[in-house]
Order: sequence, then structure tokens, then C-alpha cells
Amino acid sequence: MILAAIQPVVQSEPNVLAQLLVIFLAAAFTENILLARFLGMCSFLAISRQMKTSIGLGFAVVFVTTFTAAINWLLHTYVMVPLGIVFLEYIIFIVVIAAFVQLVEMIIERFSPSLYFSLGIFLPLITVNCAILGVSLFMLNKQSFGLPESLIFGFGSGIGWLIAIVLMAGIREQIKEDKIPPGLRGAGITLIITGIIALAFVAFSGMIK
Amino acid sequence: MTFFIAVGSLCAICGILAILLVIADRYLNDYGICKLIINRGAREEEVEGGDTLLGSLNSIGLFIPSACGGQGSCGLCKLKVSAGGPPLLPTEEPHLDATEIKENVRLCCQLKVHEDMELEIPEELFNIREYKGTVESLTDLNHDIKRLRIALPAGDEIDIIPGQYIQIETPKYKKTPEPIYRAYSIATDPLDKTHIDLCIRLVPDGLCTTYVFEHLKEGDAITLNGPYGDFVLSDTDKDILFIAGGSGMAPFLSMLAHIKNEKIPRNVTYFFGARAKRDLICLEQMAAFEAAMPNIKFVPCLSEPMPDDNWCGETGLVTDVMKHHCPDLAQMEAYLCGSPGMIDASIAALTANGMPEEAIAYDKF
Repeated sequence: MILAAIQPVVQSEPNVLAQLLVIFLAAAFTENILLARFLGMCSFLAISRQMKTSIGLGFAVVFVTTFTAAINWLLHTYVMVPLGIVFLEYIIFIVVIAAFVQLVEMIIERFSPSLYFSLGIFLPLITVNCAILGVSLFMLNKQSFGLPESLIFGFGSGIGWLIAIVLMAGIREQIKEDKIPPGLRGAGITLIITGIIALAFVAFSGMIK
Repeated sequence: MTFFIAVGSLCAICGILAILLVIADRYLNDYGICKLIINRGAREEEVEGGDTLLGSLNSIGLFIPSACGGQGSCGLCKLKVSAGGPPLLPTEEPHLDATEIKENVRLCCQLKVHEDMELEIPEELFNIREYKGTVESLTDLNHDIKRLRIALPAGDEIDIIPGQYIQIETPKYKKTPEPIYRAYSIATDPLDKTHIDLCIRLVPDGLCTTYVFEHLKEGDAITLNGPYGDFVLSDTDKDILFIAGGSGMAPFLSMLAHIKNEKIPRNVTYFFGARAKRDLICLEQMAAFEAAMPNIKFVPCLSEPMPDDNWCGETGLVTDVMKHHCPDLAQMEAYLCGSPGMIDASIAALTANGMPEEAIAYDKF
């Protein structure tokens, strides 16, 4: 009896979880916002010079994408669609993102002043990081997304950006002492490496049907 | 209709977010009251947390020298912070060397007060405070040096040691978007505790000097803080050599007044270097000092006197003239104030003529 009652729950649970896992993996790897769509390149190029700041900015992006995706989904579903003002999505999304970045800035300044100073101008610039607006907009393309899916999608996309910048910071710290032709130093070699990492990430595309 | 719904909902969303941010700001930026423990408990002050250490110290009336006004570019506001400081910030690193970092020396304009702090402030800085004066007079000493006389408000007094300097604030005007601070030596008789005199030479395109020369008028309010500096007379009884050029006259006016007030019997020879007669300043005051005190001798030297100057005084660079007047420098002390070039040349000439380096004090600007 008891077993029979539990059965459907147990059956549906893995499905939901598996679906969320697929969304997460797709957002983080196959559709990596930075490596597959090349969004958010500006701060990626500028900050990936150091591992410590990369991790800091990466987690700030994760935080912002996760919550802005969720808030924007709520606003879209419960405010914009019923009121018929979906055409305002760009403005409203940007406003939400800007407010959230302000919040993140306050939190970082409070808890890690040295990270705050190392991130410098790039922290407020997360506001105009197109990766973050991109996450909110791509999320709307997936018609079937509910709140949990949006949250996971935002989180996954942020993690994808974090993985990309941390990978790049690791590589850039390794090649710091290397002899790179003068014309390729800085942004040049970084873009080439980004391209190679992006190619490697194509391999993930077989992972998810 | 859609228009009103759109505008209304956009405003509502923005409003809600703004309120949330204000609440977050109140909560996150509230560090409460923090205690500043100065010089191992010699003084304890409570300040509102969240401001920079420099700003917090200013608010309790302690002024730390800072020429850039807290932008982290001059590196003057160094203090030892033994506890309660956040980790070293990237904006401080360029101004500190390895031993300073080890001894917890920090730039107090950069770190913020987030918790109770223990710090050390040199004793002489306790005397420093801010004064709100008014410009009493602004007179030409020659073609490019002005004497700025500032009157302190009634009842306010300043105690200076002759040779010290103060900083005056240049408020924001068309050349500078924010107030800046510049240091000038005090030329006032130390007995006159209600005035500050400065000799200010016009620096082409200088932010502060342009303000003084072109915008400042008699009766204007002016903010200053000080006094700072350890360019002061020693208390030995050695004979004294003063060397100055241009507005480097200022600290010696104050020192000579002090020597006259206290009837100090030390012999003083004052070499003042200038290019031509039109560059000489304060000649009457010098004559008055010489008349009052036979041990004071003022020797102006012109390096390039003009034909119609009819100059019959000393000609040549100060460093050369000095050698004739004072052949034996070993038992004397020298005080120099002027441009870096003049000071370096003078130090070289003095040491070459037997003066030990520790007997030379200077104020470079």
C-alpha cells in the first residue's frame, strides 16, 4: 500500500530533477553563454588576468544571473504578460539587473573591501554585461520554463561564465612568463585561447540530446 | 491605456527596487559606532563607521597631512594601524615599501572604518586642526610673489613653531572639480597668534596659485589646516646660515621674528638668491631685523643683475657668495628653503666646505 503510494512520487521526482540537471548542464556547458554565444567578453578579457579577481567576478556574475533570471521570470509571467507590456521587457530587465548589481556591490564592499577594489569599475559594469541580459532574454525563448527551471537556467549560465573565466585566468597565469609575439600580447592571445576553449566545449554538445 | 499601464508599472517596479536598495544600504552600510584607540589608549574616540579613516579622524578634529585631499595619490597620510584594519588594498600598495607593510603602515585615506581600530598618530599631529579664516590682505611682494595674510576668526588662536607650514584649501573652481590642498610655509611672527601670512609664488597653470592670484579677494573665506612640519630651529648655540630663493623667504621671516623676540644671540647670516633686483622681496623687513639685532646679517645675491638695477651688492650664485662669507662651515648649521635645484646645489656646496650633513635642514618645494 505504502509502496504503491510512494511509487508515483519516486517516479516523477527523478524526472523533474533530471530535467533540471539537463537544463543546468546545457546552460553551463553546451550553451555556455560566453564560449558558445560570446556574450560578456569585455569584463572577461579585462579581469581574467588574475585568478583571484576572476573567481570574485565569476561568483558575482553567478549571483546576479541566478536571481535576475528568477525575478525577471516572475515579472514577465505575472506582471508583463497579464498587463500586456511585454514590449517593455528590455527596460524592465535592465532595471532589475542594475538594482541587483547595486546590491551585489554593497555586499562585496561590506564583506571584502580588497575584492571590491580589485574588481574596480568592472563591478558596476556587470550591469551592462550583455551576458546577464542575454540570460534573461534566452530564458524567455524556452516557452516551457517555470520558476525552478529559470532559476536553474540562470544559475547554470552564471556557472558557465565562471568556468570560462576561471579557465582563462588559469591559462593566462600560466602563459604570463611565456614569449608571446608582441602583436598577440594581451587581448589577441586571449581571444585565440577563448576560441580554442570554445572549440573544446563543442564536444559537450553530444552530451545532451 | 496601454501607455498608462506601461508607464505606471515601470514606475512601480523602479520604485520598489529603489526602496529595496535604500533598505539594503541602511542595513549593509551600518557599521554602528566604532572606537578609535589612538596611541595605545592615550586617546579614545567614537566615530560613525563606514567613512574613511582620514575622514573619521577629520571629524574628531585630528588632521593628518594629505596633499591630495584623500584620493590616494600623494601617499602622505600614512599611519600605523595595529588592529582593526581591513587587508591591504591595491590602492595603497604603490605607496608603501616592504618594511612599512610589515609594520602595518596604511594610507588612512583609503581604508574605511568598519570596526574598532587601534592606531598610532605622531604626537605633533595632535596640535593640527582646521581653521576657517578670512583673507585680510593680498599684496604684491614683487612681480610674481604675493603675500597672503589670513585673519583667524575672533577668539581663535594658532600656535606655530617658526618654520612650520600649513595647508590651504582651494575650493572647486573652473580648473579643479574638487577641493585641493596645497602646503605653504608660514611667514608670521610666532607671537601673532591670530594671523597666518604666506608667500605664494605664481606657478604657471598651478591649480592653487592660479586661484590665489586670479580669484581670491580680500574678505574671502579661506579654509586652512595645520601647522605641520619639523623644519624648525634647533636649540644649539651654533651660528646659523639661512639660504633661500623666491617664496622660500617665508619660513625665515617667522624664524627671524622669533630670534628677535627671544633675543637669541646666535649669529645669523641669511643668503637670499634672486635673478635680478625685481625678484628681491621683503627688503625693508630685512633692514629692520638687521637694525634691531646686530647678529643678523642679510645678504641678497643677484645672479643676473640687470644694467639699470645699479646693483652694488653681491653678484653670483648663492653657493659661490656663501664661500666668501663663511669660509669655515664646520661649526655652523644651515637651513635651506627653495626649489629642489637650489637646495641640492646648496647641500653639495655646504658639505664640500666642511659642513656635516646632519647640520643641514631643508624644506624643498
